[in-house]
Amino acid sequence: MKTFPIGGVHPSANKLSCAKPIEVLPLPEAVNIPLAQHIGAPAVAKVAKGDKVLTGQLIAEAGSFMSANIHSPISGTVTAVDMVPNGQGLRQMMITIKREGDEWAEGIDRSDKLVRECSLSAQEIIARIKEAGIVGMGGATFPTHVKLSIPAGKKAECLIINGVECEPYLTSDHRMMLEHGEEMVVGVTILMKAVGVGKAYIGIENNKPDAIAHLSKIAAQYKGIEVVPLKVRYPQGGEKQLIAAVTGRQVPPPPALPIDIGAVVCNASTTFAVYQAVQKRMPLIQRVVTITGKNLREPRNLLTRMGTPVSALIAAAGGLPENAGKVINGGPMMGRAMVNLDSPVTKGCSGITVLSERDARRREASQCIKCAKCVSACPMGLEPYFLSKMTQKKNWDELEARMITSCIECGCCQSTCPAYLPLLDWVRLGKQTVMGRIRARAAAAAPKK
Amino acid sequence: MEVLLYTILTLCVLGVLAAVILYFVAQKFRVEEDPRIDEVEKMLPGANCGGCGFAGCRGMADALVKRDDISDLFCPVGGGDCMKAIAAYLGKAAAEKQPEVATVRCGGTCEKRPRTNEYNGTKSCAVAASLYVGETGCAFGCLGFGDCVAACAFDAIRMNPETGLPEVDPDKCTACGACVKACPKMVIELRKKWPKNRAVYVSCVSKDKGAVVMKACKAGCIGCGKCEKVCAFGAITVENNLAYIDPQKCKLCRKCVNECPTGAIKLVGMDPLPKEPKAPAAPKAAPAAEKAVAKEAPKAAPAAEKAAAKEAPKAAPAAEKAAAKEAPKAAPAAEKAAAKEAPKEPSHES
Repeated sequence: MKTFPIGGVHPSANKLSCAKPIEVLPLPEAVNIPLAQHIGAPAVAKVAKGDKVLTGQLIAEAGSFMSANIHSPISGTVTAVDMVPNGQGLRQMMITIKREGDEWAEGIDRSDKLVRECSLSAQEIIARIKEAGIVGMGGATFPTHVKLSIPAGKKAECLIINGVECEPYLTSDHRMMLEHGEEMVVGVTILMKAVGVGKAYIGIENNKPDAIAHLSKIAAQYKGIEVVPLKVRYPQGGEKQLIAAVTGRQVPPPPALPIDIGAVVCNASTTFAVYQAVQKRMPLIQRVVTITGKNLREPRNLLTRMGTPVSALIAAAGGLPENAGKVINGGPMMGRAMVNLDSPVTKGCSGITVLSERDARRREASQCIKCAKCVSACPMGLEPYFLSKMTQKKNWDELEARMITSCIECGCCQSTCPAYLPLLDWVRLGKQTVMGRIRARAAAAAPKK
Repeated sequence: MEVLLYTILTLCVLGVLAAVILYFVAQKFRVEEDPRIDEVEKMLPGANCGGCGFAGCRGMADALVKRDDISDLFCPVGGGDCMKAIAAYLGKAAAEKQPEVATVRCGGTCEKRPRTNEYNGTKSCAVAASLYVGETGCAFGCLGFGDCVAACAFDAIRMNPETGLPEVDPDKCTACGACVKACPKMVIELRKKWPKNRAVYVSCVSKDKGAVVMKACKAGCIGCGKCEKVCAFGAITVENNLAYIDPQKCKLCRKCVNECPTGAIKLVGMDPLPKEPKAPAAPKAAPAAEKAVAKEAPKAAPAAEKAAAKEAPKAAPAAEKAAAKEAPKAAPAAEKAAAKEAPKEPSHES
């Protein structure tokens, strides 16, 4: 069975909610919509305080090519466009809407009817995706229309759908594949048309045999779509790891992108969103969020409108348990601990994990014994112990030479370290600093031309 | 015997030969360096702190000797005297710069800024700042992991475990700016150094709106603008809900200190102005209270005295209570003294 060639770890899966069907979370009374829910420039607000908005109405427009539209997830009145603390407590520009009923904007098809045929051209498909404000829903929130717009001189050879969901605890993509497999495969055909390829692979780890069987059955009805079962290994859901696992080809180090080796990767939930955007004119205003944790009364998969406070999800799962130590936006490997539970669900939020005090507490770090476990665990072939040390010494040139910008922040190094060193903390800081230096250099070089 | 002789002779010949070659090579490849660079390096403090912008004192000395115009070069550690001496030696015009001192602009002590969560990661401000807001509700203030302390080469900045904030020793601080660079929240600023280490500054960098600040911290600037109105020198500006006192324009008149409703404006090395309108009976009582504090404090601890003097109000009973609140941090003995004396004084008068 296929998998990626180097590094990786095998954390316990803890997929507590994998048998729980998707349920609809009741509409929130008010929502906060951040203008920056994606990589790139923040969207520009098109509404002001006091405006009435409808569900699905455009409320913020993409700020540049590398940006995404944002639509209102509920109908009601805009009460503020202001700085609001996000999950990490940092101030972010958000649009606050108070709900009044649930009136939808015109032109959105809300029926469940499956629409297979798509007569649009590639350009039209990409335009609809852009209009709907779709971004990568696996967590990276890369604007999908940017990914599908193949730069001149490059050619896509295959499309890869990411149904791996290697992050422990999370099950939103798994449930989407089981319950919306038909739509998803239609979405795959639409994406194939958009990037002009005849071959698509759906990569699924073999701890989801039901999803593999279900999608294989549906994919057999279409030409050129193949389900690829993958050996369970974290971080297989990383874009570069998935490409290596499915095609056997390595993406060169940055600034190279997957398209340089002819691959386009799209997340499973994103594929469903693409189907809805193109066939139903449905903007990205809701997503499935897994609310999970060993001590939660009822882990669930909830179809949630964007902007819903995380506290509402926790309440729907039976409330915060007494021994809760950390609430994480995302899974335990790559998620971010939250300090503000009133912060909203955004386009990239695939799950909320509640860890107990015992599970959440980090252990006392001791000295590095140069065992190199982090080196063998790193899926990008980096040397985390060295990068972490160099960051502490602020040796930015050395870090750049050692390809710190390749780090995908998967956390394999830290989870495998027998000395419990906070490797990722430092590497992430080093990566941010080095990327800042590269940007500053590019900015300094630009005006001279 | 012969073998030994030949060996010694051969080695001697080889040695002489090598010496001759090395002599000519050294002559040929000799690096001409201005001897003044060595002299100037000796005149510099030799701290190699990087405060001048060069990697070390040698780099600075090199630049001082080689550049014609040295008015933009300044050694913050050596200060004006050091620069004057070097300039006189080199026959160039020295840079003139007023003395500065690092100032920590955050008053969010453990007491005034309650912790809302517990940070379990790497104890580094830079790492914490890259992850999230910090252990308190304030998104702008000191994180308290001491990156500034680690950056200081002069032991001039230390963490106070009671307040959770760094404190600068103005006598040791050389204004090299290492802590300013190390702080990811940009809390520390180099400000004009007044005689006797006096200072008036806004001890807050929060750009949040007043209501948000009040919720997160009791010592924050809420941007009310009272200080801006009372300042006669136009030294205070309020921008983005935050007041800033321009150290160049400020004359240390201290009017703003009394106006500030949250106590965000810090006064160091001076007594505050008497409060005017509210308590007409107070002025007489106040000096007595102050004396009482001054009498008791030295016994307790010299540090406590400073703290008490800083806070000791000349007038209103309300302000005296504040002193009683402030004192415990410094020393319990001083607290008792202040607490004992404070209530008595107004009662004598009334």
